[in-house]
Order: sequence, then structure tokens, then C-alpha cells
Amino acid sequence: MKAGIVVFPGINRERDMAIALETSSGVKPRMIWHKETDLSGLDLVVLPGGFSYGDYLRCGAMAARSPVMGAIRAHAERGGFILGVCNGFQILTEAGLLPGALLRNASLRFLSMDCHLRVERSDTVFTARYQKQRTFRAVMAHGDGNYFADTAALDRLEGEGLVAFRYASETGDVTPVTNRNGSARSIAGIYSPNLRVLGMMPHPEDLVDPLMGCADGKPLFDALVGAA
Amino acid sequence: MEVNQALARSFGLNAEEYSRVLDIMGRTPTLTELGVFSVMWSEHCSYKSSRVWLKQLPTTAPWVIHGPGENAGVVDIGDGLAAIFKMESHNHPSFIEPYQGAATGVGGILRDVFTMGARPVANLNALRFGNPSLPRTRRIVDGVVRGIGGYGNCVGVPTVGGEINFHPAYDGNPLVNAMTVGIASKDKIFLSAAAGIGNPVVYVGSKTGRDGIHGATMASAEFGADSEEKRPTVQVGDPFIEKLLIEACLELMATDAIVAIQDMGAAGLTSSSVEMAGKGGVGIEIDIDQVPARETGMTAYEFMLSESQERMLIILRPDREEMARAIFDKWELDFAVIGHLTDTGRIVVRHHGIVEADIPLAPLGDQAPLYTRPTTETPKQEKLNPARIEDRFGLTRALEHLVACPDLCSRSWVWDQYDSTVGGQTVKRPGAADAAIVKLEGLRRGLALTTDCTPRYCLADPEMGGAQAVAEAWRNLTAVGARPLAITDNMNFGNPEKPEIMGQFAAAIRGMAAACEALDFPVVSGNVSLYNETEGRAILPTPAIGGLGVLDDVSKAVGLALPPWLDIVLIGATKGWLGQSLWLREIAGREDGAPPPVDLTAERTNGDFVRTHILNGTIRACHDVSDGGILIAIAEMAMASGFGARLSAHPRDIPGHAFWFGEDQARYIVAVPDSVALIRLAETAGVPAVRLGTSGGQDLTLPDGGTISLAALKTAHERFFPSWMDGSEQEP
Repeated sequence: MKAGIVVFPGINRERDMAIALETSSGVKPRMIWHKETDLSGLDLVVLPGGFSYGDYLRCGAMAARSPVMGAIRAHAERGGFILGVCNGFQILTEAGLLPGALLRNASLRFLSMDCHLRVERSDTVFTARYQKQRTFRAVMAHGDGNYFADTAALDRLEGEGLVAFRYASETGDVTPVTNRNGSARSIAGIYSPNLRVLGMMPHPEDLVDPLMGCADGKPLFDALVGAA
Repeated sequence: MEVNQALARSFGLNAEEYSRVLDIMGRTPTLTELGVFSVMWSEHCSYKSSRVWLKQLPTTAPWVIHGPGENAGVVDIGDGLAAIFKMESHNHPSFIEPYQGAATGVGGILRDVFTMGARPVANLNALRFGNPSLPRTRRIVDGVVRGIGGYGNCVGVPTVGGEINFHPAYDGNPLVNAMTVGIASKDKIFLSAAAGIGNPVVYVGSKTGRDGIHGATMASAEFGADSEEKRPTVQVGDPFIEKLLIEACLELMATDAIVAIQDMGAAGLTSSSVEMAGKGGVGIEIDIDQVPARETGMTAYEFMLSESQERMLIILRPDREEMARAIFDKWELDFAVIGHLTDTGRIVVRHHGIVEADIPLAPLGDQAPLYTRPTTETPKQEKLNPARIEDRFGLTRALEHLVACPDLCSRSWVWDQYDSTVGGQTVKRPGAADAAIVKLEGLRRGLALTTDCTPRYCLADPEMGGAQAVAEAWRNLTAVGARPLAITDNMNFGNPEKPEIMGQFAAAIRGMAAACEALDFPVVSGNVSLYNETEGRAILPTPAIGGLGVLDDVSKAVGLALPPWLDIVLIGATKGWLGQSLWLREIAGREDGAPPPVDLTAERTNGDFVRTHILNGTIRACHDVSDGGILIAIAEMAMASGFGARLSAHPRDIPGHAFWFGEDQARYIVAVPDSVALIRLAETAGVPAVRLGTSGGQDLTLPDGGTISLAALKTAHERFFPSWMDGSEQEP
């Protein structure tokens, strides 16, 4: 799978993402400058975390209107794979490629800590190396990760099986305590209807090396690079 | 505005200093010239009270590449790489405007590091605040934490460590000391000495506004009741621009375009241009009309003294100008050629074609004031006899109280707001080990990082306190298995014109120098912050130490979390030293006595023993014994892992409270499978070692029969910050 990482000004986890992809694939991903408009030849486009354009407007709002987004939309329409993490997830919702919005954390404070994500389905290209209903550890580092959508949209996401991950305890219990940022229905990540676009708040890319404490994020990248 | 002695005084220059300006200039200076002299000769920029003392610090070792004098210190860490690091204060601004003061403190220290060619890989911060029961303290803590997070999280450098103390001496003067560590190729370090007559002087980054004018002067004076009015002297940070500036500068640094580079920090365009030209022994001409401006109608004086953030000054090779411009255009940052180097040895500033300043650089530097201010020794305090200090609390209640007190409680409320993992290389996050560990990309090598100081020891005995701060930093690096390499120091003191304050400073330097010498742990960078007083009340003397060590293989490092079913062994000698201990302050309500003595020979012997047995895999967890003594150290280890311990009786010749809560130095708690074997090895090495108990279970069982569940201990430990911040706990 040929992968590229979009670099918006102010993005800051593009290097982490490149290391994670290279760890799994052995190939350096292409770094895509936000003014590029040709993404042909790529199977996977990653929108990494950070503070695109400083996020001085609503998080991701500026990036969603940047020159590269036309090509990203076309990539999505072609059925290409897209992974948006943290700011990348915010950008995907701002661009309308995924439903809902990410609000300020319920505590109104930045949250930096490990969390456990319960895998809601393991038959997608992103989660094929995880087991359904089991959890994996990821790093949470955001101020605006409180997923919001109206009831109808949430019901539709659940009904169509488009919830990717929920914040849970290590053993998979989803409770208000495990839902640190206050997300609707503890949603940590969602898919597009064709299951080829994934947006998620926590960072699997920062836990791909056992030296960092665990490599729970690596199966996600192993599955992705092994898919095509 | 007429330039005269009265104006000079309001700019912080005394009569003698002003007359020296007149001598150098041979005429009355212009307003801009007076501004340049006043900031360059401010305490903050000139180190006029501290220079004579700082010279006593050891600054060399075979692994030191650049010591003090550059923007940051540089040490060789192997594999052709260098670590570049420094700590710097932003105390005064953080009191006036906590969020921006702390945020721009982080921004400023980042620039000091990346200006030398390093990619920043870690931030730490040493913070001291006033009495928690004051509403103002809560507001300052909240603002400072948000500011550090707001800037560091956005700029994408992990905040991996630091420390927080509370004491009423910081009520009107909190300390915000920010440290940045970066990595560069050892043969690609960028320096600030300008060279090449005719070479272009290039300004990059943010535009210049009126913010922060005379910030350096403010940082060189005491606060009065009117400090709120000084808010306009605080700068406003933009971490987004800083992030772009880092990437653009590193991209330019990968080419051969740069002759010299320096950030515009305190005293902005003035200090960067004067220092770069001065170090290079050349002249410099600046055309203010070319400086990117945020607002109209600014004067040359305002341009030269503005401390607008996120700006750098670069001397370029003339044939690389267009290539460099293209890089900054790509990152959408201002790039302007604002002057060139000359052979005149003078700084000449023109605005609208008029010469606003024309100063000879050599005397501006060489004739800067230098004071050997009078000092008085801090009177020695009495050694307390532990047998004569009654224990009315017992071990269990004292433990419960101490783990919950503001100086020992969990800091996770703070850490949880700092992104500690961005970069993907953080091996030990805040709270996981005595030092943070950040791995180097693509290697198994890593850096261990810590900040340390025990200000209450420094107040009681500044020399011992200075030595202790250095020794504790060395110990914290050792406790993860790292080889300590060097330190950066951030000297925070009161008004140097008071002999007792200058005496504290001189004594602290003496103690630090002795410890640096004994531990092969030189000072490679630093910062001095004086006049930390409000309405005549000085802070505790606080020589904050930022320590850096290296691990050849981070997989060999240990943390402090206590694994189950191991023997718990105390390394180092225990006398039961209660003087200046937290037990004495929090339980007995006394802040007196001599602080624990630092035996540098024992420090080295004990530390080298511990490091050896960490690296050979014998020691599975390690924590140094510091604030609160042995029992607090063990409780912290147990709370970190969730496994308890059963502790055995202590030696009969020391009272229980003094043994378990005393703060004797050079000690570590280690967890090993076989204490008998370790103690035998320790005896051979001349290292005191004694078995204290066994790990396992869900409780901490004390030698007096008391038992406390880890769950209860954790609840007490984690209560303070969240409840304080949501207002449910006013009086800790």
C-alpha cells in the first residue's frame, strides 16, 4: 500500500505517523505539502495530528478548506483509504467527509493520557489485526476530542456499524469514567459508509514500539499496509 | 522625550552607569541609544551582579562541545549527535500575566535551542508557587499550567518532566523556569558570532509590534504594588508561528546558507544584533524601514526594544539569499534583509533615512557594568537531634498526611494537560521514573532529563542547598540508569543589592561548583533571575538545576514502579536527619534546623553502584530518597505500580519517625530479587545497604503494625490538585 501523509502548517505528529507507517511497511511514506493537488498513485492518505494553521479558528476548519482538500475528496470518491487522527479527524468532520463534530473536552482542559479503545468491528482494513470487542491502548492528547452528532446521526452511525472505537476500560467496559472527554456514546472513532475512511481522536502511532511501553497501535498499521 | 539622567534612571541605569554612557558616546545619547544601553546593561542581559560568581562554576569536560556563552549548552551524546539544552526563567511576566508569561517562557527557551541547529525533543519546567490557600495562587497555577500546555502542545514538543513546589515566599513572585532539550548533528552546530563584511542581516519570523518593550528592564527590578500596571511589558506568544519557524530554520540549516543565527529574545532586535556583531568583532547597520511591522507609527526606539515573539536574526551568505527567501516564503513567514555587516565596529540604526543610533560595540560590551556586590554569610542553623523531636502522629497518620500535602501530592492533574508523547519517543513519561527518558529517533540511545532544587534547604544553608540541588539532579539521572553528563542552571534569587541575598547567591554557587566538580557534572548553560522580590520580600533562594544524562540503550532503564514479590533495599547511610525535612514542616509545624549534609564522595560511590546494578539487570525498580524520606519514596513506588509492600523494623538507634521520614542524602530505594546478594556486593563496594522489606499485595504494612491500603493512599495522594482547582478545597 502506497501511503502519503498530508502536512498542513502547524501539524506536529506527521513524523510520528511516518515512523509508525515505516515500522510496519519498511517504506517511507510520501510527505504531501498542503498546497499539492495531485494524490494519484496513493492508496492511503493520512491526516495526522497537530494544530493545523494554529487551530485559531474552529479546530480543522482552515485545513478543511486548504488546496489539498479537493484532491483528498477525489481520493475518497475513488474509494481510496483515508486515516485521520486527532486534528486529522477534526479536519475530516470539518470537510464533511465524516459526520459530526469534535467539541471542547467536557473538562475544558487538554487531556494527555493513555486510554483503552474497544474495537467495535474487526472486519475493516484498519482493524483486521485486532479482535472485535477487545481493547488496545492508545495515547490521548487533545483539547477538542468530545465527539458530537445529533441523535439521528448517532443512531445512523450505530445502526450502520460505523462506530470504529469506543473509550473503554482495559477489560472493555464502556462507562462515564472511561469517557474522559465526554464524547457522545463514548465514540472515539468512526468510519465512512464504505469503511474506507477512518477518523479517530487517540493516537495509535505513538505506541508502535515496545520501548515506549507497549506496541498496541502497531496492528492497525500492520493491517493497513498489508491490505494492498 | 528629553534624554537626561532622570530618564536614564527610569530606564534602570544608575547615575554612574549613565555617566559611563556619556563617556562612551562623547555626547548626550539619543532616545534609541539610551534604550540600547539600558537593556544591554540591565541585570537580565549583562549579568552585572552575578558574572563574578558564575566564573567559579566548572564548565568543561571531554564531552562538552559548547559551554556557557552560546545560546545554549552543547554536549556530545555519542553516535555523532549532540544534545543542546538550557533552562531559562520567565518569572516576572508569569506573575503579571500567567498564561502568556509561561507560554512565552516556553517559546523563548525553544528558540535558544533550535537556533543552534537542534530539533527540540523535550521540554521540562521547574515551577514554584505561593501559598495554595490564596486565591491568587490558584489563578497563577491555572494560568501557568494552561500557558505551558497551550504553547508546548501546539508547537509539538513533548513536555516530559519538571517539578512544582509551594511556599509563601513565592506569594508575590512565582518562578517559571522552562527547559528545552534538542538534538543536532555534532558537526552541524550553529553559533551566533557574525562574520563576513557586507553579508546581509536577515530578519525572519513574526512581525514586530509594541509588545514587551523594556521587558528585560522589568525583569531586572523588584515588584511594587503597581506590578499590575506592567502588563503591557509582557509579550504575547504564537506557538503556531513558532512551529513554522522551527521547521523553516531547520530546513535552512540543512543547507550551507547560514553564517550565524540568534533568536530575538530579551531586548529583541537590540540584543541579537549587538551580541552577534559584538561576538564577531564586526559592525552592523540596520535599516528600520525594512523591519516587518505589525503596526504603523512605531519609532526606532520601539522597534529596537520590542520583545515581540517568534523572531530570529540571521547572517546569510550573500549568494544564498534567494534560496533562503524561498524557504521562508514556503512557510509563509516574513523574511526581510534589514541591514548588513560593516567593518566599523559600530551599530548604526537608521529610520526614515535618519541615524537614530550610532554606538561603538566594543565599549558597549567591554564597559558593561560589573559589580562585586557586598555579601554576608547566611548564619548556620543548629543540627536538630531527632531524639528530642517528639512524634505525636505515628507513622501511618504522618504518611497519609504527607502524601496528600501540596508539595508531595500527585502532580498528574498538571501532567495530564501537557502532551508528553508527541514525537513518539517518550520512554518514561512524567511520574514514571526519577528522570524522564526520551529516545533518539531510529536508535536505542536515549536522554534522561530532570529538574531539581530544594529551596528550603537553600534558605537554611545556601551552600549545602546548592550542592544538594546538583547532587539530586545527578541522583535522579542515575536512578534510571543514565550516565549524567551536564547541567543547566537557573539561578532565581532576590535583590542582589542586599548583602544577605548576594551572600546566598555566592554560597549557592560555591556549593554547586563543589558538587559539579566531584560528580564530573559541569554547567554548560544557564540563566540568572534576580530581583525576585515583591514589596521587599524575597523568594527562597532557588538555584534550579536541569540535568541531562545519556543511556546507550533505553531498554535497560528502570522506572520507580514497584514490581511485586521483590526485596526492597535501601542504598546509602541513614542518620535520621529531620532538619528542614517535610515531616518537620508538615507534621511538627516547624521550618528550622540545618538541612541534611551532602557527602559528595558517598553520593558518587552510592550512585555508581546503583547505576551499575541497574544496567546489569539486577535492580528492577529504583527511586531516590528525597522530600519526605524513605517511607514517602516507598509509598510513591507502590502507588505507581499498584503493588504494596511489607516493611520490616528499622535500626533501634534511630527513632522511627526520623528513620522513615528523615531526609539524609545520597540514598536510593531499589527493588531486587535477591537482597542478600546485593547487600554482599554493596559491602564490597563500600556502599551502605539494608533490606527494608518485601513488595506485593494491596497494602502498605508499616513496621509499627500500621496498615494502609494502596487504594486509600492513592485517594489521598490524588485529591489535592483536582479539588483545589474546582474550588472544593480552599485550605489544603
